[in-house]
Amino acid sequence: MSSKDRLPIFPSRGAQMLMKGRLKGAQKGHSLLKKKADALQMRFRMILNKIIETKTLMGEVMKEASFSLAEAKFATGDFNQVVLQNVTKAQIKIRTKKDNVAGVTLPVFEWYQDGTDTYEFAGLARGGQQLAKLKKNYQSAVKLLVELASLQTSFVTLDEVIKITNRRVNAIEHVIIPRIERTLQYIISELDELEREEFYRLKKIQDKKKVIKAFKEKERLAMIEAGILRESQAQNLLDEGDEDILF
Amino acid sequence: MALHSAQKGKLISVIGDEDTCVGFLLGGIGEINKNRHPNFMVVDKNTAVSEIEECFKKFVKRDDIDIILINQNVAEIIRHVIDSHNAPIPAVLEIPSKDHPYDASKDSILRRAKGMFNADDLI
Repeated sequence: MSSKDRLPIFPSRGAQMLMKGRLKGAQKGHSLLKKKADALQMRFRMILNKIIETKTLMGEVMKEASFSLAEAKFATGDFNQVVLQNVTKAQIKIRTKKDNVAGVTLPVFEWYQDGTDTYEFAGLARGGQQLAKLKKNYQSAVKLLVELASLQTSFVTLDEVIKITNRRVNAIEHVIIPRIERTLQYIISELDELEREEFYRLKKIQDKKKVIKAFKEKERLAMIEAGILRESQAQNLLDEGDEDILF
Repeated sequence: MALHSAQKGKLISVIGDEDTCVGFLLGGIGEINKNRHPNFMVVDKNTAVSEIEECFKKFVKRDDIDIILINQNVAEIIRHVIDSHNAPIPAVLEIPSKDHPYDASKDSILRRAKGMFNADDLI
């Protein structure tokens, strides 16, 4: 027992109270953390489902977008180099907002339009319609991807936090609480032992006193017998002359 | 620069084949900054692996980029670099390219997700 893992503490009533308080605190913390882990887990599964859904949707949107690119190329001729060379300022940008789940901040991306279309005049000669459709398709792809990105970021962040929380829950459940319980057990057994010792000691004292008293009585009787002491001498009823006994 | 871009909107960057880049640029995400560094990279069959890696690392380091889109076939080439990128921002998204259909089993995130749940949940 004593070699087992427990807190180094002197076994006393005060320490016992302290340990009881700590045990209560640990149990409370455990239940709170468990609740947090559950809340995160719920959110995590929700996000995971959404990610899978969005990823499949993305495949289709991208397919459509690529197809419209081919269409536009057919109508307009090759415009790849023109587009690649004429990049200036981004038209779609991203803002970050914060979402809070059980004390964990998750970044949420939000797209917004900034400035005018750089390729306003692309396809002015021919294929304008196809190009407009192409732009629209790719813009919706971007919107979907931004949504997917925020889901994915939340996924990564939550994954990390859930791992940490679970680790804490397990540490409290399997290490801290047993240790406190062992310490309490130790304190109780130690206090019991002290009590038994004390009881035994008192009993022993009582026995000793009885022996002494019997011996004195015998001596007195012997003295009376010998005529040294008279029976009636100073026998006070109130003062029996014995010492205080505890029990 | 860092503070300036922190208040302003962040960018989306693209690494992929020419058609993917052109498409997204037309979608309006392309930007060339003051130092003439574009936020996209065109990968063709002559591009060296080290070049792609370099570019990806550069995009990750830039603080004005929040999302990196990368073609799945390109991502496959530099998989080790992508797998070692663990931070939530910038988010790395793998997208299908024109001539490579999307394969969910290769995606870094979905692979991690599969480790946690059984396969039927994912289909």
